[in-house]
Amino acid sequence: MNGRARTPVEASTLGAPDVARIVDRMAHQIIENIAKIDFDAVLLGIPTRGVPLAHRLAERIRVFADVAVPVGSVDVTLHRDDLRLRGVRPLGETVEPEGGITGKTVILVDDVLFSGRTIRAGLDALADLGRPRAVQLAVLVDRGHRELPIRADYVGKNLPTSPRERVRVSLAETDGADAVSVVEEADA
Amino acid sequence: MSRHLLSAGDLSRDEAVAILDTAKRMHAIQTREVKKLPPLRGRTVVNLFFEDSTRTRSSFEIAGKWLSADVINVSAKGSSISKGESLRDTVLTVAALGVDALVVRHNASGAVQRIAGWVSCPVINAGDGTHEHPTQALLDAFTLRERLGDLSDRHVVIVGDITHSRVARSNVLLLATLGARVTLVGPPTLMPAGVATWGCTTSWDLDAVLSGKAAGDVDAVMMLRVQRERLGGGSAAGARDLGGQFVPTEREYAIGYGLSPARLDLLPDTAPILHPGPMNRGLEISSIAADSARSMVLDQVQSGVAVRMAVLYRMLAGAEHPVLDEEPA
Repeated sequence: MNGRARTPVEASTLGAPDVARIVDRMAHQIIENIAKIDFDAVLLGIPTRGVPLAHRLAERIRVFADVAVPVGSVDVTLHRDDLRLRGVRPLGETVEPEGGITGKTVILVDDVLFSGRTIRAGLDALADLGRPRAVQLAVLVDRGHRELPIRADYVGKNLPTSPRERVRVSLAETDGADAVSVVEEADA
Repeated sequence: MSRHLLSAGDLSRDEAVAILDTAKRMHAIQTREVKKLPPLRGRTVVNLFFEDSTRTRSSFEIAGKWLSADVINVSAKGSSISKGESLRDTVLTVAALGVDALVVRHNASGAVQRIAGWVSCPVINAGDGTHEHPTQALLDAFTLRERLGDLSDRHVVIVGDITHSRVARSNVLLLATLGARVTLVGPPTLMPAGVATWGCTTSWDLDAVLSGKAAGDVDAVMMLRVQRERLGGGSAAGARDLGGQFVPTEREYAIGYGLSPARLDLLPDTAPILHPGPMNRGLEISSIAADSARSMVLDQVQSGVAVRMAVLYRMLAGAEHPVLDEEPA
């Protein structure tokens, strides 16, 4: 594996096989954890790229453990704290998983964990849908620079970055191919 | 999105579609147990209504409240307007209370446009005289899209008093923006001067249009309310009279332009029936049509809240409004 580049790299930090292995490992970790609660859990993806990730995790969990974990999505846009700062944006889709979330262990799924503000908004959005027994967080990439006391329970890849950089996750479902790359932001 | 929403014609296709897509998400929220969302927390919206309204006012009120705005209703009755205050003074007084948006209905065409020029906050036109009612057109388009999908090349028939209808004007503009084809049907006396320049087909023969013979197959039909208050009837001669200036009698109107059970049968089974409400049953629409499975009247009311939530969200939640206290990056 290449070490983390200090200078911005255009080449992908992770390729499609890496992403597949990471998702498999995360699925195993989730199985290990939720087996204790008799798999009474749901996966909730945060649009855009958290949703296909949640579906992939559910698919791998089905393959490895032969259990069907319900999948849904929760859009956090209306709960964001930066709407006034950065303007409104289109809303994503919220899909309640079969059987709802009340009393379940909810695993929020997102592509990149950065400031933690998206997850903060996600926790608020969850409260509108019901009262989960517990909430956990699964992210493909943790790039650091947290601004809130939030951490992930399942991390695909720790990717130390400078705040000037941007982590770009591409997934086959949304972008045509799987890749994770670090690029320098145009003006930061 | 532009600062105000005064005319359906102000919306570009992209803007209109963005509002309708946002409304689709808002619509899903309406079925939840907890409907309150936070994006307009701390914002104050004033419904300033100089003309009677139940559904539009309560629709805007619910939309604002579900997005956590504080909503205040000011109506002409019981306010200083009835004490002789000028329109400008009333508006400036309300604006000086520190409101973030004004939702205005007025019985004079163009009044809302004038008001938008006097105040610094965004103004939403909730119906001005016989001119425009843009959020009604948006909710009609939303209802049609739910039923028909993309509206490009869809054929929508609008029936009734076109001259006095702000609903028809806004719908003609928005449906054109969305690529639909519109046919206007009504008695010659209720077709506005210059309707030929609107870019629509027009007809006086409802049966020919509904059966598809006059202007092609019909995808949806919108019945307009017979607005007694604008036809000059109902005063001296009694409520069943339409004044005789535009239409001889209610009965003659119903025979010529009402959506009777026989006309319902001319329509394709799939064509939705819209009516902006309140309905005059037996006049422009028969009870059989109004209560049929194809009637979208209650869907329209529900869509109205979602569309107004989308409009308020897009106009008020964002950064276009001055932000004085920026949070640290």
